[in-house]
Amino acid sequence: MKIAIASGKGGTGKTTVAVNLALSLPGPVQLLDCDVEEPNCHLFLKPDIQRQEAVGVPVPVVDPELCDLCGECGRICQFNAIVALKTRPLVFPELCHGCGGCHRICPREAIHEENRPIGDLIFGHRDGVTFVQGRLQIGQAMSPPLIRAVKKAADSDALCIIDSPPGTTCPVITAIRDSDYVVLVTEPTPFGLHDLRLAVETCRALGLPCGVVINRCDSGDERVTAYCRDEAIPVLLEIPDDRRIAEAYSRGTPAVDVLPELRREFQRLMKNIRDRIAGTPTPTR
Amino acid sequence: MKLAITAAGDDLQAPLDPRFGRAARFILYDTETKEFDVVDNAQNLNAPQGAGVQSAETVSRLGAECLLTGHCGPKAFRTLTAAGIRIYTGLSGSVADAIHRYESGQLEAAADADVEGHWQ
Repeated sequence: MKIAIASGKGGTGKTTVAVNLALSLPGPVQLLDCDVEEPNCHLFLKPDIQRQEAVGVPVPVVDPELCDLCGECGRICQFNAIVALKTRPLVFPELCHGCGGCHRICPREAIHEENRPIGDLIFGHRDGVTFVQGRLQIGQAMSPPLIRAVKKAADSDALCIIDSPPGTTCPVITAIRDSDYVVLVTEPTPFGLHDLRLAVETCRALGLPCGVVINRCDSGDERVTAYCRDEAIPVLLEIPDDRRIAEAYSRGTPAVDVLPELRREFQRLMKNIRDRIAGTPTPTR
Repeated sequence: MKLAITAAGDDLQAPLDPRFGRAARFILYDTETKEFDVVDNAQNLNAPQGAGVQSAETVSRLGAECLLTGHCGPKAFRTLTAAGIRIYTGLSGSVADAIHRYESGQLEAAADADVEGHWQ
């Protein structure tokens, strides 16, 4: 079972929810940090790191002896990463998404693939939580292949909690697309609401069921709650604006370590999600 | 000699489009016959990435030998150079002005890209 924690707006508490949920559940739980451009779950989980593995994208290399300049490779590429000119094909590895289309379509078998490293997978463990982090290399702009590698490294039969990147663009789609449920973490502010709407539309376009966690729930206004009611989106959990949580956060300590009673709230959140996936939702509010 | 000029409109009085990869149109001007064609570049205007590479491929396919534009990034520059196209950057004003400056020998071909890529 895959539960993705996403948000729309950044800084609403995705990592807080992902880490504390993972730490509140009886194991085995897998926590996947798919926010590969700035992974931060490890700052709170503090796992023992066991190993690291490089991830690359297969990029085309053209043999000029075999190439007859037919141009099929350039026509199939949706990302302008290979272009066939009158004199020779040019490859732009940094634009290549590694789909392998040019390699397969080349009638002269003039293209082979070489690996271009884009980042690393980091594997760790703490208290029954298996941890996988994707870490994009500095200067790389293309995160989806690494996000796919993080998800592939997990055992898809066991429970996976996916900490997604913020926003609603390709990295988010890649992180959440095959989840069983998406938890959208928001804050009760106009900005939180604005981006929550976008995130809800994204989930609906992907056909994914979603529910909302309102973080710092007593810090803003009622518009997020009203929106969720009007759109029939369940509010799964409300986390109060508690100075003790903020102080723990600033020290890199998970909220459940300072407020153990929160564990029950996160366990309830998980039960609520499981019931919804099974089609027997418990009433929330 | 065929010149490709990036254009915001569809005649010689149109402003030169300073962008190459995401230029609205290309005007293809024949210096011998003084005639021109207009080629729409809307597809590249909306390309998620590699617009410069694709525009360079278009200009090459159209048979242009020179490109007159405002700015040209590194990947477009590499592609145009591989296609044997001379590049003139830093132009502004109307398409007709750019053609006049080229024909009166006021321009010097660019030796390198004049702006950073947008991707990396």
